[in-house]
Amino acid sequence: MIDSELWALFLNATLVNNFVLAYFLGICPFLGVSGRLESAGRMGLAVTFVMLVASLCAFALNRLLVMINAEYLALISYIVVIASAVQLVEMFVRKTSPALFQALGIFLPLITTNCAILAVALFQTQRGYGLLEGVVFALGAGLGFTLALVLMAGIRERLRLADVPDMAQGVAITLVLAGILSLAFMGFAGIGAST
Amino acid sequence: MENSGVTSVAESRLTADAEAESGARHLRAGLWRENPILVQALGMCPTLAVSNTATNALTMGLATASVLLASALVISSLRRFIPRQVRLACFVMVIATFVTLTDMLIEAFALNLHRNLGAFLPLIVVNCMILSRIEIMASRQPPQVAALDALGMGGGFLLALLALGSLRELLGQGTVFGVPLMPAGFEPWQVMQLPGGGFFSLAALVLGFSALDRWWRRAEVAR
Repeated sequence: MIDSELWALFLNATLVNNFVLAYFLGICPFLGVSGRLESAGRMGLAVTFVMLVASLCAFALNRLLVMINAEYLALISYIVVIASAVQLVEMFVRKTSPALFQALGIFLPLITTNCAILAVALFQTQRGYGLLEGVVFALGAGLGFTLALVLMAGIRERLRLADVPDMAQGVAITLVLAGILSLAFMGFAGIGAST
Repeated sequence: MENSGVTSVAESRLTADAEAESGARHLRAGLWRENPILVQALGMCPTLAVSNTATNALTMGLATASVLLASALVISSLRRFIPRQVRLACFVMVIATFVTLTDMLIEAFALNLHRNLGAFLPLIVVNCMILSRIEIMASRQPPQVAALDALGMGGGFLLALLALGSLRELLGQGTVFGVPLMPAGFEPWQVMQLPGGGFFSLAALVLGFSALDRWWRRAEVAR
């Protein structure tokens, strides 16, 4: 029972309520980095990783804030703590695993407080997820983000050979593509519980 | 002696003129040529999600614009005291404070609206449009210039968001601000209320905007 609930939560965050295509979160990297397949995949991994860190931080911090009765500080403290935690983890990764650092490296500082990251922390607090639920939610959201980014990068690599009208170059054509992708993802509605 | 006094007066008048001129330019730039949503494609993340009705879009636009204005004023007045190395952290703290205030105000005065916008109000903090204006303008310019720039950018943001919200509500529900505008028998386009419709209408707005801008530029050159 518990397992299936977690699974539903995961599917919900990945496919049904995809962060990019249903909530419009993380649009800036979506428009910016989704040009090439390889960097899109690495960016997605980095985001997933930071989301996990953010989810853990937010859970601990929320406990603390509730304890001292200062929930109104949530927003400010989330940002500061998540940003510094990511910095710490970045330093740790650089020392212990240079290969992993090479792969995630340049993206980490850019995404410390991307809206998709902060949204994971805020949604998790607002919906009252526990520790395990929060981690599953963050993992689902991150993989959903990666999926959207990689799909988009694949389409845009093909698009380079297509004859796009001059005026629609750049943002406009990407938005139309995102709209079509988003409609396609609506087909997943109904899978998993609606939270 | 006298001569230099005269020149300095003339110079100061010149700079004052130039300042007023550049102020007006800042104000105009945000509204049109450098419109944050339609041209720079900035700050769309937390706002587009709630652009399904005109009311939501207006609230979100107003909240974002007022946060931008207030933080620009504060940061530009404090710009000499903020060390360069930790400036981003300081900016984010100031912005987060104003966002928390706005969030509480909306919760106090319009509870239903607050429920509609949900977790997206606190997400104004990470609106990249705000941080970019703070970094580019407010942290380097005196408060009056920063305020004009913030007004222009916030206004442009608000207008673009309002246009998007109205378009989506008009086509998706046949109303604008809850007032029915479509002729009877109009079948609402459900898709406009879905996230996909948001992407499509934004793409349409960006296209229309660049067409209009191109036409305008050509007319200017012809003149």
